[in-house]
Amino acid sequence: MEKKTTELATLGQRGLLKRDATAEGLQYLTFSLAGEEYGIDILKVQEIRGWAPVTKVPNAPSFVRGVMNLRGAIVPVIDLRLRFGLETVEYTKTTVVIVATVQSASGSRIIGTVVDGVSDVLNLNPADIQPAPDFGTAVHTDFISGLVTVDAGMVMLLDVDRLLSVEEMFALENVRPTESHITAAAA
Amino acid sequence: MAIDIGQFVQTFFEESFEGLDVMEAGLLALEPGVTTDLEKINTIFRAAHSIKGGGGTFGFKDVTDFTHLMETLLDGMREGRLSVTSEAVDALLQSVDCLREMLIAARENIPVEPEQVRALRARLSRLLNQQPAQNRAENTPSPTVAPASAPQAAGWRIQFRPHPQLMHSGNDPVRMFRELTELGKLTVRADASRLPKLADLRPEDSYLSWELELSGDATRDAVAEVFAWVEGDCDLNIEPLAAEAAPGVRAEPAPPAAPPGAEAGPKTGEEGRQGELLLERRKGEDRRRGDRRVNVAASDSASIRVGIDKVDAVINLVGELVTTQSMLSALGEDFDMSRLDKLHEALDQLDRNTRDLQEHVMRIRMLPVSSVFSRFPRMVHDVSAKLGKQVELQINGEQTELDKTVIEKIGDPLVHLIRNSLDHGLEPPDERARAGKPETGVIRLDAYHKSGSIFIEVGDDGRGLNREALLRKGLQEGLLRPGEEYSDEQIYDLIFHPGLSTAKQVSDVSGRGVGMDVVRSNIQDVGGSIQIASHPGQGTRITISLPLTLAILDGQLVSVGEDCYIIPLLSIIESVQVRADAVNRVAGKGEVFRFRGQPLPILRLYELFDTEGAVSDLEQGLLVVVEADGRQVGLFVDDLEGQQQVSIKSLEKNFRQVSGVAGATILGDGRVGLILDISGLIRVNNVAL
Repeated sequence: MEKKTTELATLGQRGLLKRDATAEGLQYLTFSLAGEEYGIDILKVQEIRGWAPVTKVPNAPSFVRGVMNLRGAIVPVIDLRLRFGLETVEYTKTTVVIVATVQSASGSRIIGTVVDGVSDVLNLNPADIQPAPDFGTAVHTDFISGLVTVDAGMVMLLDVDRLLSVEEMFALENVRPTESHITAAAA
Repeated sequence: MAIDIGQFVQTFFEESFEGLDVMEAGLLALEPGVTTDLEKINTIFRAAHSIKGGGGTFGFKDVTDFTHLMETLLDGMREGRLSVTSEAVDALLQSVDCLREMLIAARENIPVEPEQVRALRARLSRLLNQQPAQNRAENTPSPTVAPASAPQAAGWRIQFRPHPQLMHSGNDPVRMFRELTELGKLTVRADASRLPKLADLRPEDSYLSWELELSGDATRDAVAEVFAWVEGDCDLNIEPLAAEAAPGVRAEPAPPAAPPGAEAGPKTGEEGRQGELLLERRKGEDRRRGDRRVNVAASDSASIRVGIDKVDAVINLVGELVTTQSMLSALGEDFDMSRLDKLHEALDQLDRNTRDLQEHVMRIRMLPVSSVFSRFPRMVHDVSAKLGKQVELQINGEQTELDKTVIEKIGDPLVHLIRNSLDHGLEPPDERARAGKPETGVIRLDAYHKSGSIFIEVGDDGRGLNREALLRKGLQEGLLRPGEEYSDEQIYDLIFHPGLSTAKQVSDVSGRGVGMDVVRSNIQDVGGSIQIASHPGQGTRITISLPLTLAILDGQLVSVGEDCYIIPLLSIIESVQVRADAVNRVAGKGEVFRFRGQPLPILRLYELFDTEGAVSDLEQGLLVVVEADGRQVGLFVDDLEGQQQVSIKSLEKNFRQVSGVAGATILGDGRVGLILDISGLIRVNNVAL
């Protein structure tokens, strides 16, 4: 079993975390998943790691791959594809785990999510952000905080606290979205 | 030079709360009518005195004034002037409660309820005067205070004129005045009219005389005693301070009224009623206050008291660890394979050092159980009185030590269990007599160490659990299936079900059926378990087992497929290889293995955890026989992988609790290993036969 414990933490921690004091902007870390681009508030990102095998947790929803050892802390790792109702893929050398700090009712948690790859850091003006479209009640999309159009295309901004809410995840397990919001958005 | 005493206020509060506990314990130990144990009373007195002094230093005047009253009463008791009656003890116990509230109020800077304080002050003052017909409802206030019958006044005017030779015998007026200030507020006016010219002054003679006004609750006797030594050497006149005498103490509990004479009758009644009203309210508040006290104690717990010996032990061990480290360091400097032995030696030593250090550091967090048990004598005293039952509380093993977090969490469950014993378990005296039992029921609280865990038992010699009633309730609520045989244990287990109560009446003490499930979950939260044993007519015993420490565990690693799990070593009885012919399938219940003549249910872990690639042939793997809550089960695994001491990390911090898993740890190779919750596994899979 190949053990990859190298951390690609520099991306998340070096320099990019400094907010530009003068601009009114918000910084988002964008990543790709199943051909789409998503963004999350960079201040919530603690670090970025390469994928390493995790310990499976019994009786957990399918999108919880397991838990990993983050310098002594036990951190759950979520497969975002499965969370979105997509098929999962084989993890490769470029598969990345974004470790984020998530606020929940019971305090703050550290949770990791598996994504295909990490892209740029975007400086956004709040004015550029469009509200998230409503797909109807069949699909839970309250974790989409907005949409923004950039040169390369459209980026969906995600609310990390809602996306990775442990409570919601367990409740969700019984209600899988019938239609992936991604295909709906693309339509 | 001004010293900021503000930094010591916290210590004052801590010590005062401790002092209050001492007072309470002392008061509960006093037996009314038996006044010979002066030392006991002295202890209580000293505690009160310290609180009074401290209160004065830090400017908490109401605390000081209130404690002064208590102190005076206690002083009277220890001097034999006042008798130790159960009413006095009761009044003092309630005063301790009141004082506790006043201290909390002082600390949190919130106002105190004035009526409660006033009512208690009145009660204490009455006791001080030992009025005949000493009942809350019956005091007849006299419009004017006659000095002869009622030595109690709002104060005294003292005219003190020493004879010239007073100081020759070593007496000093200033000392006497200081004593007077302990009895109340003192105003001193000196009369220097007799002072001669400086040339004619003889320094050892007394020329001054004084007029003193002492306001407060002191008795005439107390004042006179101050001057006892100088009786013959002075002119002394003690008169009550006339002005406030009439309204005085009597009016305190009742609303201030118009002409005292006309109101004498109705005022009594009003006062009596008001006194009762306050008592009623206080009864209702008792429970809440009791709970509040628990909460106060719990929220205070950001600090801990540690014995010096424990700290010294840790310091020594750290010293040894440093030595080992330098050894390793030196070895590492120019290492070659010929020194491999020495390396092993040093690593062994490191292992020993670390284990020892771990153990000792854990002990720092351990506190004796007495910190939880100490509130029960008072509770039993109060509740048994309320219920009209006679109860004796026996406590054993108070010095048994437990982790601080565990102690904090078992407080409430224990309160609940004891309340249940008091309310439902123990019978009233007449019923006990009819059953041939002694009228005084016994509640036993035991704490002891056994095989790596701490056990706390709550037992009573009451009526025991009503199996029939529980069975009926269980069938009624659909928790049991009719026609099936259930063991005693299974039926008693029903009382943990939320909402189930067989109590015919719901009292304010217990009976609502919401408690036991919370008790059990609280105990399980700290990794413990609870069991019930009961004999009808003889009593009930509830046994709680708790882990010695929450953080470290000796674990047995087992492999299931590619995954590695940890089984707490303490739960393992044996590991056996299974022979297929020793396994039977029981219809509807799964596989059973004949282990030492007993049928043992088998749990295939790979099935439970949905693991791929695990051994499925029973004869190719291993069966680890484990036990929890008195039940045994065999866990089927691929293989044993070695033993390790692991530090337990909670899954709940970043994730949530997973059934069957007690926690996680980091294994030697950096992987996360899941620690199995044996008790949970057995419960969840309900492998009852």
